[in-house]
Amino acid sequence: MPRVLLTENFDKTVRRWLMTVQDYALFCAQTLANVFRAPHYWPDIFTQSDLIGVGSVPIVVLTGFFTGGVLALQSAASLAQFGAQAYTGRFVSLSMIRELAPVLTGLMVSGRNASGMASELGSMVVTEQIDAMRALGTDPMKKLVTPRMISTVVVLFLLTVVADTLGTAGGASVAVFISHLDGAQYFSSAYQALVFSDIIQGLTKPLVFGFIIATIGCYKGMRTTGGTQGVGRSTTQAVVISSVLIIFSDFLISRVMLWLFPPL
Amino acid sequence: MLEATDPAPLTAADDPAACVSDSPLCFQRVTLGFGPRILLDAISFTLRPGETRILLGLAGMGKSTLLKLANGLIRPDSGEIFLFGQPIASMPEPALLDLRRRTGMVFQESALFDSLTVRDNVGWQLIERGVSSETIDRRVHRALSFVDLDNAFSLYPPSLSGGMRRRVSIARAIIDKPDLILYDSPTGGLDPVTSHTINELVVKERDAYKTPAILVTHRLQDAFTMVTHRFDSQTNAMVPLPKGSFDPLTSFMVLHEGHLLFDGSTDELLSSKDPFLKDFLA
Ligand SMILES: Nc1ncnc2c1ncn2[C@@H]1O[C@H](COP(=O)(O)OP(=O)(O)OP(=O)(O)O)[C@@H](O)[C@H]1O
Ligand SMILES: [Mg+2]
Repeated sequence: MPRVLLTENFDKTVRRWLMTVQDYALFCAQTLANVFRAPHYWPDIFTQSDLIGVGSVPIVVLTGFFTGGVLALQSAASLAQFGAQAYTGRFVSLSMIRELAPVLTGLMVSGRNASGMASELGSMVVTEQIDAMRALGTDPMKKLVTPRMISTVVVLFLLTVVADTLGTAGGASVAVFISHLDGAQYFSSAYQALVFSDIIQGLTKPLVFGFIIATIGCYKGMRTTGGTQGVGRSTTQAVVISSVLIIFSDFLISRVMLWLFPPL
Repeated sequence: MLEATDPAPLTAADDPAACVSDSPLCFQRVTLGFGPRILLDAISFTLRPGETRILLGLAGMGKSTLLKLANGLIRPDSGEIFLFGQPIASMPEPALLDLRRRTGMVFQESALFDSLTVRDNVGWQLIERGVSSETIDRRVHRALSFVDLDNAFSLYPPSLSGGMRRRVSIARAIIDKPDLILYDSPTGGLDPVTSHTINELVVKERDAYKTPAILVTHRLQDAFTMVTHRFDSQTNAMVPLPKGSFDPLTSFMVLHEGHLLFDGSTDELLSSKDPFLKDFLA
């Protein structure tokens, strides 16, 4: 080890950081393992799905629709220069399904729910409710974390499909009412552009993003220290970290998908 | 590798045989520190079956920490803890959960689940076990009437007073007939009347069910109420013992600066010559 090159402080920071990453990895492993271990808390899974899903529908609908719209607006102008306005549908649907719907939905749900989970679990930690649960013989990982993970993954997947649909519809509205393109042509170009790999890519991402949102939110909540102030800190960090991880893993997944399904 | 250092001389409490027999809880040279500070330094004691041990000590001496060690919520740096005869210092969490289900714990700040009704709080362990809804209702009603709070059945904890919350938390701890109860300052910050009700409950649990317990308290006067009274099941009330006699199954521990300054019977406590204890009891 070139220890001389590292200052004492840097050394400590790196070590603490590595410990946290390791701790988070174990936390995720345990969350996943609990999916296959009894007891399963079905009612909690449904309550959480309801909480995350129904509450997020309006923002996902609005985000999806206007993102599709703005894509059509921007692309129509550029494509017109090459006389390729007919490709508007293709451009909108590919961008939405591969990238924008999963990422934007993920970011929206992260803002709403990673923070919600971190603050809820964090408050339970600082008021000793988590200790009380353990004292009553219930595993908080099974009771609180795994149900949140399962429901976030499922719900984010469904919300992404909603955003895909609304995005394509938003693009169509702009194409037809503002750019005065042919609606049937828009949809056929949107549909024809899609190949298997695009769909796979677009539907894999929300599964990973959902896992990130729930595990980061719960991890930050469960590891809260320092009273009410600590809860605030965990909440903010949960949103920041999960958002950054969503964008980072989006890059990784896209890279892996290009490698798995090379463009023809 | 260093050679093992000389073992400290064994006292009665350090003898493992004495621990694992029928004692519900036994500490063997348990040490725990937070950062540089050693909070508990080689604490050893044995709780006998049916015994109630009152744990006294100044604020911040580690009484709550000791209770959390007792059911494995935190782990000691060194030493061993036997809960129902099983060593728990390095027992994996799933096995610990099974053992903890046999204990009841009343937290210092109650620690009720905010988002659940009193019924779901008190009935938690039964719900977890999948007991039928009617049975849960019935047993929750019974546990709540034990603490004289039957009208709180469908309320939420944030709408209860501190004393009510403490009593709900006692009901939650005793509903499943635990084999050991850990009370953390059950009368802390309460008025004399509510404190009296809670003392009566503790004495009732001790005399009617003979459940072993550790009880942390700041209020000496509560401690003395418990050793000088017994529960009379005929009148369903606490009655004083004859003057000068103390409950034989209730004893004391005093925690001070990391050590058990005192561990013995009421008589021994009252006749102690230790200057700190004399001051403390004055
Ligand atoms: N998780 C922790 N991290 C760091 N220090 C802690 C932790 N838990 C407890 N302490 C410290 O240990 C000491 C003892 O705490 P504990 O709550 O056990 O005291 P106590 O005897 O119950 O006090 P009180 O009578 O006020 O309830 C305190 O000084 C506290 O700061
Ligand atoms: Mg305390």
